[in-house]
Amino acid sequence: MSVMVARKKVVRKWEKLPGRNTFCCDGRIMMARQKGIFYLTLFLILGTCALFFAFECRYLAVQLSPAIPVFAAVLFLFAMATLLRTSFSDPGVIPRALPDEAAFIEMEIEATNGTVPQGQRPPPRIKNFQINNQIVKLKYCYTCKIFRPPRASHCSICDNCVERFDHHCPWVGNCVGKRNYRYFYLFILSLSLLTIYIFTFNIVYVALKSLKIGFLNTLKETPGTVLEVLICFFTLWSVVGLTGFHTFLVALNQTTNEDIKGSWTGKNRVQNPYSHGNIVKNCCEVLCGPLPPSVLDRRGILQQEESTAQEGPCPRGPGTQEPPAMQGPRQAEESSMKQQDGSIPLPSVVPAPSLSDTEMPEEKQRTPGEVPVPSPDAGRAEH
Amino acid sequence: MQGLGLGTSGDMLGSVHSLQELRRSASLATKVFVQRDYSDGTTCQFQTKFPPELESRIERQLFEETVKTLNGFYAEAEKIGGSSYLEGCLACATAYFIFLCMETHYEKVLKKISKYIQDQNEKIYAPRGLLLTDPLERGMRVIEISIYEDRCSSGSSSSGSSSSSSGGGGGAGGR
Repeated sequence: MSVMVARKKVVRKWEKLPGRNTFCCDGRIMMARQKGIFYLTLFLILGTCALFFAFECRYLAVQLSPAIPVFAAVLFLFAMATLLRTSFSDPGVIPRALPDEAAFIEMEIEATNGTVPQGQRPPPRIKNFQINNQIVKLKYCYTCKIFRPPRASHCSICDNCVERFDHHCPWVGNCVGKRNYRYFYLFILSLSLLTIYIFTFNIVYVALKSLKIGFLNTLKETPGTVLEVLICFFTLWSVVGLTGFHTFLVALNQTTNEDIKGSWTGKNRVQNPYSHGNIVKNCCEVLCGPLPPSVLDRRGILQQEESTAQEGPCPRGPGTQEPPAMQGPRQAEESSMKQQDGSIPLPSVVPAPSLSDTEMPEEKQRTPGEVPVPSPDAGRAEH
Repeated sequence: MQGLGLGTSGDMLGSVHSLQELRRSASLATKVFVQRDYSDGTTCQFQTKFPPELESRIERQLFEETVKTLNGFYAEAEKIGGSSYLEGCLACATAYFIFLCMETHYEKVLKKISKYIQDQNEKIYAPRGLLLTDPLERGMRVIEISIYEDRCSSGSSSSGSSSSSSGGGGGAGGR
Protein backbone atom coordinates (compact mmCIF):
# COMPACT_ATOMS: atom_id res chain seq x y z
CA MET A 1 0.00 0.00 0.00
CA SER A 2 1.19 3.55 0.50
CA VAL A 3 4.11 4.58 2.64
CA MET A 4 3.76 7.27 5.26
CA VAL A 5 6.01 10.26 5.56
CA ALA A 6 8.64 10.11 8.27
CA ARG A 7 7.59 12.03 11.33
CA LYS A 8 8.43 15.66 10.90
CA LYS A 9 6.67 18.95 11.24
CA VAL A 10 3.79 19.05 8.83
CA VAL A 11 4.10 22.01 6.50
CA ARG A 12 0.88 23.10 4.90
CA LYS A 13 0.61 24.89 1.61
CA TRP A 14 -0.61 28.13 3.13
CA GLU A 15 2.77 28.62 4.77
CA LYS A 16 4.42 28.78 1.38
CA LEU A 17 1.82 30.69 -0.56
CA PRO A 18 3.20 33.79 -2.22
CA GLY A 19 1.31 37.00 -1.83
CA ARG A 20 0.77 39.28 1.14
CA ASN A 21 -1.93 37.48 3.06
CA THR A 22 -2.03 36.41 6.65
CA PHE A 23 -3.39 33.04 7.60
CA CYS A 24 -4.88 31.99 10.90
CA CYS A 25 -6.11 28.76 12.45
CA ASP A 26 -3.65 26.71 10.45
CA GLY A 27 -4.78 28.01 7.10
CA ARG A 28 -8.50 28.03 7.69
CA ILE A 29 -8.69 31.80 7.82
CA MET A 30 -7.27 34.04 5.13
CA MET A 31 -7.00 37.80 5.42
CA ALA A 32 -5.00 40.74 4.18
CA ARG A 33 -1.96 41.86 6.09
CA GLN A 34 -3.35 45.10 7.49
CA LYS A 35 -6.14 44.22 9.88
CA GLY A 36 -6.32 47.35 11.99
CA ILE A 37 -9.39 48.81 10.34
CA PHE A 38 -11.12 45.44 10.47
CA TYR A 39 -10.68 45.41 14.24
CA LEU A 40 -12.17 48.90 14.31
CA THR A 41 -15.19 47.67 12.35
CA LEU A 42 -15.64 44.80 14.79
CA PHE A 43 -15.28 47.12 17.73
CA LEU A 44 -17.81 49.59 16.41
CA ILE A 45 -20.42 46.96 15.61
CA LEU A 46 -19.96 44.98 18.80
CA GLY A 47 -19.72 48.06 20.98
CA THR A 48 -22.79 49.77 19.56
CA CYS A 49 -24.88 46.61 19.71
CA ALA A 50 -23.73 45.84 23.24
CA LEU A 51 -24.82 49.28 24.37
CA PHE A 52 -28.13 48.92 22.56
CA PHE A 53 -28.93 45.54 24.10
CA ALA A 54 -27.77 46.59 27.52
CA PHE A 55 -29.71 49.82 27.80
CA GLU A 56 -32.34 50.65 25.25
CA CYS A 57 -33.55 47.13 24.64
CA ARG A 58 -34.41 46.51 28.26
CA TYR A 59 -36.69 49.51 28.33
CA LEU A 60 -38.20 49.00 24.90
CA ALA A 61 -38.85 45.29 25.39
CA VAL A 62 -40.99 46.12 28.37
CA GLN A 63 -42.61 49.27 27.06
CA LEU A 64 -43.22 48.29 23.47
CA SER A 65 -42.52 44.71 22.49
CA PRO A 66 -40.05 41.93 23.23
CA ALA A 67 -39.75 41.41 19.50
CA ILE A 68 -37.55 44.49 19.27
CA PRO A 69 -34.41 42.99 20.82
CA VAL A 70 -35.10 39.67 19.14
CA PHE A 71 -35.13 41.20 15.71
CA ALA A 72 -32.08 43.29 16.56
CA ALA A 73 -30.30 40.12 17.65
CA VAL A 74 -31.15 38.38 14.39
CA LEU A 75 -29.87 41.31 12.36
CA PHE A 76 -26.75 41.55 14.49
CA LEU A 77 -25.95 37.85 14.15
CA PHE A 78 -26.51 37.93 10.41
CA ALA A 79 -24.30 40.99 10.02
CA MET A 80 -21.54 39.41 12.08
CA ALA A 81 -21.75 36.09 10.25
CA THR A 82 -21.52 37.75 6.85
CA LEU A 83 -18.73 40.06 8.01
CA LEU A 84 -16.65 37.19 9.28
CA ARG A 85 -17.36 35.18 6.20
CA THR A 86 -16.26 38.07 3.97
CA SER A 87 -13.15 38.72 5.98
CA PHE A 88 -11.99 35.19 6.48
CA SER A 89 -12.66 33.54 3.16
CA ASP A 90 -10.65 33.30 0.00
CA PRO A 91 -11.96 36.03 -2.32
CA GLY A 92 -11.14 33.96 -5.39
CA VAL A 93 -7.38 34.17 -5.53
CA ILE A 94 -5.88 32.67 -8.67
CA PRO A 95 -2.77 30.71 -7.75
CA ARG A 96 0.38 31.70 -9.55
CA ALA A 97 1.56 29.70 -12.49
CA LEU A 98 4.02 26.93 -11.77
CA PRO A 99 7.35 27.20 -13.63
CA ASP A 100 6.38 24.81 -16.43
CA GLU A 101 3.18 26.62 -17.14
CA ALA A 102 4.87 30.01 -17.02
CA ALA A 103 7.52 28.79 -19.45
CA PHE A 104 4.89 27.40 -21.79
CA ILE A 105 3.03 30.70 -21.83
CA GLU A 106 6.28 32.61 -22.40
CA MET A 107 6.92 30.42 -25.38
CA GLU A 108 3.48 31.10 -26.78
CA ILE A 109 3.97 34.82 -26.32
CA GLU A 110 7.32 34.75 -28.05
CA ALA A 111 5.84 32.77 -30.85
CA THR A 112 3.15 35.38 -31.32
CA ASN A 113 5.30 38.47 -30.87
CA GLY A 114 8.67 37.22 -32.01
CA THR A 115 11.81 37.42 -29.91
CA VAL A 116 12.58 40.92 -28.72
CA PRO A 117 16.23 41.97 -28.80
CA GLN A 118 17.81 42.70 -25.45
CA GLY A 119 17.25 46.19 -24.16
CA GLN A 120 14.12 46.78 -26.18
CA ARG A 121 10.80 46.96 -24.42
CA PRO A 122 8.59 44.08 -25.52
CA PRO A 123 5.06 44.85 -26.66
CA PRO A 124 2.38 44.64 -23.97
CA ARG A 125 1.10 41.18 -23.52
CA ILE A 126 -2.51 41.16 -24.39
CA LYS A 127 -4.73 38.46 -25.81
CA ASN A 128 -8.00 39.32 -27.47
CA PHE A 129 -11.07 37.24 -26.93
CA GLN A 130 -14.57 37.52 -28.19
CA ILE A 131 -17.23 37.19 -25.58
CA ASN A 132 -20.85 37.50 -26.67
CA ASN A 133 -19.77 39.42 -29.76
CA GLN A 134 -17.67 41.89 -27.82
CA ILE A 135 -13.89 41.93 -27.93
CA VAL A 136 -12.44 41.61 -24.46
CA LYS A 137 -8.74 41.92 -23.81
CA LEU A 138 -6.92 39.56 -21.48
CA LYS A 139 -3.90 41.07 -19.83
CA TYR A 140 -0.81 39.20 -18.79
CA CYS A 141 0.09 39.47 -15.10
CA TYR A 142 3.85 39.73 -14.67
CA THR A 143 3.70 38.80 -11.02
CA CYS A 144 1.53 35.74 -11.32
CA LYS A 145 2.82 34.82 -14.80
CA ILE A 146 -0.63 34.11 -16.16
CA PHE A 147 -3.07 35.66 -18.55
CA ARG A 148 -5.71 36.97 -16.23
CA PRO A 149 -9.22 35.69 -16.88
CA PRO A 150 -11.72 38.36 -17.84
CA ARG A 151 -12.83 40.48 -14.88
CA ALA A 152 -9.88 39.33 -12.80
CA SER A 153 -7.47 41.90 -11.48
CA HIS A 154 -4.27 41.94 -9.50
CA CYS A 155 -4.66 43.39 -6.02
CA SER A 156 -1.52 45.32 -5.20
CA ILE A 157 -2.24 45.24 -1.47
CA CYS A 158 -2.57 41.49 -1.24
CA ASP A 159 -0.32 40.84 -4.23
CA ASN A 160 -2.67 38.28 -5.72
CA CYS A 161 -4.75 38.02 -8.84
CA VAL A 162 -8.36 37.78 -7.78
CA GLU A 163 -11.21 36.55 -9.93
CA ARG A 164 -14.02 39.02 -10.56
CA PHE A 165 -12.08 41.53 -8.51
CA ASP A 166 -14.34 44.11 -6.96
CA HIS A 167 -12.12 46.09 -4.61
CA HIS A 168 -9.88 45.70 -1.60
CA CYS A 169 -11.88 46.65 1.46
CA PRO A 170 -9.83 47.66 4.50
CA TRP A 171 -12.98 47.64 6.65
CA VAL A 172 -13.31 43.91 6.22
CA GLY A 173 -9.57 43.39 5.98
CA ASN A 174 -9.72 41.41 2.72
CA CYS A 175 -10.23 41.69 -1.00
CA VAL A 176 -13.76 41.41 -2.28
CA GLY A 177 -13.90 39.12 -5.27
CA LYS A 178 -15.88 36.37 -6.88
CA ARG A 179 -16.09 34.08 -3.89
CA ASN A 180 -17.00 36.55 -1.18
CA TYR A 181 -18.85 39.31 -3.00
CA ARG A 182 -22.25 38.03 -1.97
CA TYR A 183 -21.18 37.88 1.67
CA PHE A 184 -19.87 41.41 1.39
CA TYR A 185 -23.10 42.64 -0.14
CA LEU A 186 -25.20 40.90 2.48
CA PHE A 187 -22.94 42.32 5.16
CA ILE A 188 -23.37 45.92 4.07
CA LEU A 189 -27.08 45.35 3.53
CA SER A 190 -27.62 43.85 6.97
CA LEU A 191 -25.38 46.46 8.54
CA SER A 192 -27.45 49.20 6.90
CA LEU A 193 -30.63 47.65 8.25
CA LEU A 194 -29.06 47.19 11.67
CA THR A 195 -27.85 50.78 11.73
CA ILE A 196 -31.23 52.13 10.68
CA TYR A 197 -32.90 49.87 13.24
CA ILE A 198 -30.69 50.93 16.13
CA PHE A 199 -30.89 54.57 15.13
CA THR A 200 -34.67 54.48 14.91
CA PHE A 201 -35.17 52.71 18.21
CA ASN A 202 -32.72 54.96 19.95
CA ILE A 203 -34.84 57.91 18.85
CA VAL A 204 -37.97 56.09 19.96
CA TYR A 205 -36.37 55.29 23.30
CA VAL A 206 -35.30 58.86 23.89
CA ALA A 207 -38.71 60.12 22.86
CA LEU A 208 -40.59 57.71 25.11
CA LYS A 209 -38.40 58.20 28.10
CA SER A 210 -38.25 61.96 27.72
CA LEU A 211 -42.02 62.05 28.03
CA LYS A 212 -41.69 60.53 31.47
CA ILE A 213 -38.50 61.94 32.94
CA GLY A 214 -37.43 64.68 30.54
CA PHE A 215 -34.86 64.80 27.79
CA LEU A 216 -31.77 65.73 29.80
CA ASN A 217 -32.49 63.17 32.47
CA THR A 218 -32.82 60.49 29.82
CA LEU A 219 -29.41 61.33 28.46
CA LYS A 220 -27.95 61.36 31.93
CA GLU A 221 -29.40 57.95 32.70
CA THR A 222 -28.15 56.30 29.53
CA PRO A 223 -25.23 58.33 28.16
CA GLY A 224 -24.51 55.48 25.78
CA THR A 225 -27.48 56.56 23.73
CA VAL A 226 -25.68 59.67 22.53
CA LEU A 227 -22.72 57.62 21.44
CA GLU A 228 -24.92 55.13 19.62
CA VAL A 229 -26.82 57.84 17.82
CA LEU A 230 -23.60 59.49 16.71
CA ILE A 231 -22.07 56.27 15.45
CA CYS A 232 -25.27 55.26 13.70
CA PHE A 233 -25.64 58.65 12.10
CA PHE A 234 -22.20 58.60 10.51
CA THR A 235 -22.46 54.94 9.62
CA LEU A 236 -25.80 55.52 7.95
CA TRP A 237 -24.44 57.98 5.46
CA SER A 238 -21.52 55.80 4.44
CA VAL A 239 -22.88 52.27 4.64
CA VAL A 240 -26.34 52.96 3.26
CA GLY A 241 -24.78 54.86 0.39
CA LEU A 242 -22.40 52.00 -0.23
CA THR A 243 -25.26 49.51 -0.17
CA GLY A 244 -27.12 51.59 -2.71
CA PHE A 245 -24.04 51.72 -4.94
CA HIS A 246 -23.49 47.98 -4.75
CA THR A 247 -27.15 47.30 -5.40
CA PHE A 248 -26.73 49.30 -8.58
CA LEU A 249 -23.63 47.27 -9.48
CA VAL A 250 -25.34 43.97 -8.77
CA ALA A 251 -28.32 44.93 -10.89
CA LEU A 252 -26.01 45.62 -13.80
CA ASN A 253 -23.60 42.76 -13.05
CA GLN A 254 -20.62 45.08 -12.79
CA THR A 255 -17.75 45.25 -10.39
CA THR A 256 -16.46 48.32 -8.55
CA ASN A 257 -13.21 47.92 -10.43
CA GLU A 258 -14.95 48.04 -13.80
CA ASP A 259 -17.07 50.96 -12.71
CA ILE A 260 -14.06 52.97 -11.61
CA LYS A 261 -12.14 52.20 -14.76
CA GLY A 262 -15.19 52.88 -16.89
CA SER A 263 -14.82 49.59 -18.70
CA TRP A 264 -18.37 49.45 -19.91
CA THR A 265 -19.35 53.08 -20.11
CA GLY A 266 -18.60 55.73 -22.65
CA LYS A 267 -19.30 56.00 -26.32
CA ASN A 268 -16.58 53.89 -27.81
CA ARG A 269 -16.52 51.26 -25.14
CA VAL A 270 -17.98 47.82 -25.37
CA GLN A 271 -21.22 47.04 -23.59
CA ASN A 272 -20.99 44.83 -20.54
CA PRO A 273 -21.03 41.32 -22.00
CA TYR A 274 -21.66 39.70 -18.63
CA SER A 275 -24.96 41.37 -17.96
CA HIS A 276 -28.01 39.30 -18.77
CA GLY A 277 -29.88 42.48 -19.58
CA ASN A 278 -32.38 41.68 -16.86
CA ILE A 279 -32.03 43.10 -13.35
CA VAL A 280 -33.58 40.11 -11.63
CA LYS A 281 -31.38 37.68 -13.50
CA ASN A 282 -28.29 39.69 -12.72
CA CYS A 283 -29.16 39.83 -9.03
CA CYS A 284 -29.88 36.13 -8.92
CA GLU A 285 -26.62 35.26 -10.59
CA VAL A 286 -24.46 37.47 -8.43
CA LEU A 287 -26.11 36.73 -5.11
CA CYS A 288 -27.51 33.25 -5.50
CA GLY A 289 -25.42 31.73 -8.25
CA PRO A 290 -23.18 28.68 -7.77
CA LEU A 291 -20.21 29.30 -5.52
CA PRO A 292 -16.92 27.87 -6.75
CA PRO A 293 -14.71 26.45 -4.01
CA SER A 294 -11.27 27.84 -3.28
CA VAL A 295 -8.54 26.53 -5.55
CA LEU A 296 -5.77 27.48 -3.18
CA ASP A 297 -5.85 24.27 -1.14
CA ARG A 298 -4.47 26.17 1.84
CA ARG A 299 -4.58 23.21 4.19
CA GLY A 300 -3.04 20.71 1.82
CA ILE A 301 0.22 19.20 2.98
CA LEU A 302 3.32 20.47 1.29
CA GLN A 303 5.56 17.57 0.43
CA GLN A 304 9.00 17.51 1.96
CA GLU A 305 11.85 16.63 -0.40
CA GLU A 306 13.04 13.60 1.55
CA SER A 307 9.72 11.88 1.97
CA THR A 308 9.18 8.52 0.30
CA ALA A 309 7.03 7.91 -2.73
CA GLN A 310 3.33 8.23 -2.15
CA GLU A 311 0.60 6.71 -4.13
CA GLY A 312 -2.96 5.66 -3.84
CA PRO A 313 -6.35 7.31 -3.73
CA CYS A 314 -6.64 10.68 -2.16
CA PRO A 315 -9.01 10.91 0.80
CA ARG A 316 -10.61 14.26 1.39
CA GLY A 317 -9.76 16.02 4.61
CA PRO A 318 -12.11 16.80 7.51
CA GLY A 319 -14.05 20.02 7.87
CA THR A 320 -12.22 23.27 7.59
CA GLN A 321 -13.57 26.73 7.12
CA GLU A 322 -14.28 25.84 3.52
CA PRO A 323 -16.26 22.66 3.07
CA PRO A 324 -13.89 19.73 3.34
CA ALA A 325 -13.99 18.27 -0.14
CA MET A 326 -11.48 20.56 -1.72
CA GLN A 327 -9.03 20.82 1.11
CA GLY A 328 -7.69 17.30 1.20
CA PRO A 329 -4.57 15.98 -0.46
CA ARG A 330 -4.53 15.92 -4.21
CA GLN A 331 -3.57 13.31 -6.75
CA ALA A 332 -0.36 11.66 -5.78
CA GLU A 333 1.12 10.50 -9.05
CA GLU A 334 2.53 13.76 -10.20
CA SER A 335 4.20 14.65 -6.96
CA SER A 336 5.89 11.30 -6.68
CA MET A 337 7.01 11.55 -10.24
CA LYS A 338 8.56 14.88 -9.49
CA GLN A 339 10.34 13.31 -6.58
CA GLN A 340 11.75 10.47 -8.54
CA ASP A 341 12.95 12.58 -11.37
CA GLY A 342 14.22 15.45 -9.27
CA SER A 343 13.84 18.53 -11.38
CA ILE A 344 11.62 18.19 -14.36
CA PRO A 345 13.62 18.03 -17.55
CA LEU A 346 12.12 20.08 -20.35
CA PRO A 347 14.94 19.80 -22.79
CA SER A 348 13.45 21.32 -25.89
CA VAL A 349 10.70 23.42 -24.45
CA VAL A 350 11.95 25.88 -21.88
CA PRO A 351 13.38 29.15 -23.09
CA ALA A 352 15.23 31.32 -20.61
CA PRO A 353 12.30 32.91 -18.80
CA SER A 354 14.21 36.07 -18.26
CA LEU A 355 12.04 38.36 -20.33
CA SER A 356 9.50 39.12 -17.67
CA ASP A 357 11.98 38.95 -14.81
CA THR A 358 14.38 41.55 -16.11
CA GLU A 359 11.51 43.72 -17.18
CA MET A 360 9.78 43.75 -13.86
CA PRO A 361 12.42 44.31 -11.23
CA GLU A 362 9.90 44.82 -8.45
CA GLU A 363 8.70 41.29 -8.74
CA LYS A 364 10.11 39.68 -5.68
CA GLN A 365 7.40 37.34 -4.66
CA ARG A 366 8.18 34.31 -6.71
CA THR A 367 11.08 32.15 -5.80
CA PRO A 368 11.24 28.48 -6.65
CA GLY A 369 10.83 27.54 -3.02
CA GLU A 370 7.54 29.35 -2.81
CA VAL A 371 5.79 27.44 -5.49
CA PRO A 372 3.39 25.01 -3.92
CA VAL A 373 3.84 21.41 -4.90
CA PRO A 374 0.83 19.11 -5.20
CA SER A 375 0.46 17.36 -1.92
CA PRO A 376 0.84 13.63 -1.61
CA ASP A 377 -1.00 11.23 0.58
CA ALA A 378 1.15 12.40 3.42
CA GLY A 379 -2.04 14.10 4.44
CA ARG A 380 -3.29 10.69 5.40
CA ALA A 381 -0.99 10.75 8.35
CA GLU A 382 -3.19 13.41 9.74
CA HIS A 383 -6.61 12.17 8.76
CA MET B 1 -5.14 3.69 -8.62
CA GLN B 2 -2.37 1.32 -7.57
CA GLY B 3 -1.58 -1.95 -9.10
CA LEU B 4 -3.93 -1.53 -12.03
CA GLY B 5 -2.79 -3.41 -15.05
CA LEU B 6 -3.96 -1.86 -18.26
CA GLY B 7 -4.59 -3.26 -21.68
CA THR B 8 -1.84 -3.38 -24.20
CA SER B 9 -3.83 -2.76 -27.33
CA GLY B 10 -2.62 0.26 -29.18
CA ASP B 11 0.02 0.92 -26.56
CA MET B 12 2.55 3.29 -28.00
CA LEU B 13 5.30 2.21 -25.68
CA GLY B 14 4.97 -1.39 -26.60
CA SER B 15 4.44 -2.85 -23.12
CA VAL B 16 1.89 -3.01 -20.32
CA HIS B 17 1.85 0.21 -18.35
CA SER B 18 0.03 0.87 -15.17
CA LEU B 19 0.55 4.28 -13.71
CA GLN B 20 3.12 2.84 -11.33
CA GLU B 21 5.09 1.24 -14.10
CA LEU B 22 4.83 4.49 -16.00
CA ARG B 23 6.56 6.27 -13.20
CA ARG B 24 9.30 3.73 -12.90
CA SER B 25 10.12 3.29 -16.52
CA ALA B 26 9.27 6.65 -17.99
CA SER B 27 10.72 10.07 -17.54
CA LEU B 28 8.82 13.26 -17.96
CA ALA B 29 9.56 14.62 -21.39
CA THR B 30 7.41 17.69 -21.56
CA LYS B 31 4.11 19.19 -20.55
CA VAL B 32 1.35 20.61 -22.64
CA PHE B 33 -1.12 23.10 -21.25
CA VAL B 34 -4.63 23.36 -22.58
CA GLN B 35 -5.78 26.89 -21.90
CA ARG B 36 -9.14 28.24 -20.95
CA ASP B 37 -11.67 29.22 -23.54
CA TYR B 38 -13.32 32.50 -22.61
CA SER B 39 -15.58 32.86 -25.61
CA ASP B 40 -18.60 32.06 -23.43
CA GLY B 41 -17.72 34.50 -20.69
CA THR B 42 -16.05 33.75 -17.41
CA THR B 43 -17.49 30.23 -17.14
CA CYS B 44 -14.91 27.50 -16.85
CA GLN B 45 -14.40 26.00 -20.30
CA PHE B 46 -11.26 24.69 -21.93
CA GLN B 47 -10.13 24.97 -25.51
CA THR B 48 -10.82 21.86 -27.52
CA LYS B 49 -8.04 22.69 -29.96
CA PHE B 50 -5.79 19.67 -30.32
CA PRO B 51 -2.22 20.41 -29.18
CA PRO B 52 0.29 19.46 -31.90
CA GLU B 53 2.56 17.84 -29.32
CA LEU B 54 0.00 15.13 -28.78
CA GLU B 55 -0.41 14.33 -32.44
CA SER B 56 1.77 11.28 -32.34
CA ARG B 57 0.52 10.12 -28.98
CA ILE B 58 -3.24 10.07 -28.94
CA GLU B 59 -6.13 10.15 -31.34
CA ARG B 60 -7.70 13.51 -31.83
CA GLN B 61 -11.23 12.35 -31.10
CA LEU B 62 -10.30 10.81 -27.79
CA PHE B 63 -8.67 13.98 -26.62
CA GLU B 64 -11.48 16.20 -27.84
CA GLU B 65 -14.00 13.92 -26.24
CA THR B 66 -12.20 14.21 -22.90
CA VAL B 67 -12.09 17.99 -23.05
CA LYS B 68 -15.70 18.24 -24.19
CA THR B 69 -16.83 16.00 -21.34
CA LEU B 70 -14.86 18.10 -18.87
CA ASN B 71 -16.41 21.24 -20.31
CA GLY B 72 -19.80 19.65 -19.88
CA PHE B 73 -19.07 18.91 -16.24
CA TYR B 74 -17.94 22.45 -15.55
CA ALA B 75 -21.00 23.83 -17.30
CA GLU B 76 -23.12 21.62 -15.07
CA ALA B 77 -21.32 22.88 -11.97
CA GLU B 78 -21.80 26.51 -12.92
CA LYS B 79 -25.31 26.14 -14.26
CA ILE B 80 -27.54 28.97 -13.17
CA GLY B 81 -31.00 27.67 -12.64
CA GLY B 82 -33.65 26.74 -10.14
CA SER B 83 -31.58 24.36 -8.05
CA SER B 84 -28.61 26.70 -7.72
CA TYR B 85 -30.88 29.56 -6.69
CA LEU B 86 -32.54 27.34 -4.15
CA GLU B 87 -29.20 26.35 -2.74
CA GLY B 88 -28.08 29.96 -2.64
CA CYS B 89 -31.23 31.18 -0.94
CA LEU B 90 -31.21 28.36 1.59
CA ALA B 91 -27.59 29.07 2.38
CA CYS B 92 -28.34 32.76 2.79
CA ALA B 93 -31.28 32.03 5.07
CA THR B 94 -29.04 30.01 7.37
CA ALA B 95 -26.35 32.73 7.27
CA TYR B 96 -24.20 30.25 5.33
CA PHE B 97 -23.81 27.98 8.32
CA ILE B 98 -25.30 25.21 6.27
CA PHE B 99 -22.03 24.91 4.38
CA LEU B 100 -20.45 23.50 7.49
CA CYS B 101 -22.44 20.31 7.04
CA MET B 102 -23.38 20.31 3.39
CA GLU B 103 -21.38 20.15 0.21
CA THR B 104 -22.24 22.60 -2.50
CA HIS B 105 -23.39 21.40 -5.88
CA TYR B 106 -20.17 22.74 -7.38
CA GLU B 107 -18.07 20.61 -5.08
CA LYS B 108 -20.08 17.53 -5.87
CA VAL B 109 -19.45 18.06 -9.56
CA LEU B 110 -15.75 18.70 -8.94
CA LYS B 111 -15.57 15.32 -7.26
CA LYS B 112 -17.19 13.77 -10.29
CA ILE B 113 -14.65 15.50 -12.49
CA SER B 114 -11.82 14.20 -10.39
CA LYS B 115 -13.10 10.64 -10.73
CA TYR B 116 -13.56 11.09 -14.44
CA ILE B 117 -10.02 12.32 -14.91
CA GLN B 118 -8.68 9.43 -12.88
CA ASP B 119 -10.71 7.09 -15.00
CA GLN B 120 -9.49 8.63 -18.24
CA ASN B 121 -5.91 8.47 -17.06
CA GLU B 122 -6.18 4.79 -16.27
CA LYS B 123 -8.00 3.79 -19.39
CA ILE B 124 -6.76 6.05 -22.12
CA TYR B 125 -3.89 8.31 -21.21
CA ALA B 126 -1.54 6.17 -19.17
CA PRO B 127 -1.28 3.45 -21.83
CA ARG B 128 -0.16 6.18 -24.19
CA GLY B 129 2.39 7.60 -21.81
CA LEU B 130 0.33 10.67 -20.96
CA LEU B 131 -1.08 12.00 -17.72
CA LEU B 132 -3.88 14.47 -17.22
CA THR B 133 -3.78 16.73 -14.20
CA ASP B 134 -7.02 17.87 -12.66
CA PRO B 135 -7.42 21.59 -13.51
CA LEU B 136 -8.40 22.18 -9.89
CA GLU B 137 -4.78 21.63 -8.93
CA ARG B 138 -3.74 24.29 -11.38
CA GLY B 139 -6.18 26.89 -10.16
CA MET B 140 -8.64 26.06 -12.95
CA ARG B 141 -6.36 27.82 -15.40
CA VAL B 142 -5.17 24.95 -17.56
CA ILE B 143 -5.45 21.24 -18.16
CA GLU B 144 -1.89 20.06 -17.78
CA ILE B 145 -0.96 17.04 -19.83
CA SER B 146 2.34 15.46 -18.95
CA ILE B 147 4.02 13.58 -21.75
CA TYR B 148 6.26 10.76 -20.68
CA GLU B 149 8.80 9.02 -22.76
CA ASP B 150 9.76 5.48 -22.11
CA ARG B 151 13.34 5.16 -20.95
CA CYS B 152 13.55 1.75 -22.54
CA SER B 153 12.37 2.78 -25.97
CA SER B 154 14.01 5.25 -28.31
CA GLY B 155 11.74 8.02 -27.06
CA SER B 156 11.63 10.01 -30.23
CA SER B 157 8.33 11.66 -29.38
CA SER B 158 9.76 14.54 -27.35
CA SER B 159 11.93 15.86 -30.14
CA GLY B 160 8.93 16.73 -32.24
CA SER B 161 7.41 18.88 -29.56
CA SER B 162 9.71 21.91 -29.69
CA SER B 163 9.07 22.74 -33.31
CA SER B 164 5.37 22.09 -33.19
CA SER B 165 4.66 23.82 -29.88
CA SER B 166 5.48 27.28 -31.19
CA GLY B 167 3.08 26.75 -34.07
CA GLY B 168 0.48 25.56 -31.65
CA GLY B 169 1.06 28.52 -29.40
CA GLY B 170 0.40 31.04 -32.12
CA GLY B 171 -3.09 29.78 -32.67
CA ALA B 172 -4.18 30.05 -29.08
CA GLY B 173 -4.46 33.81 -29.03
CA GLY B 174 -6.32 34.11 -32.26
CA ARG B 175 -9.85 34.05 -30.89
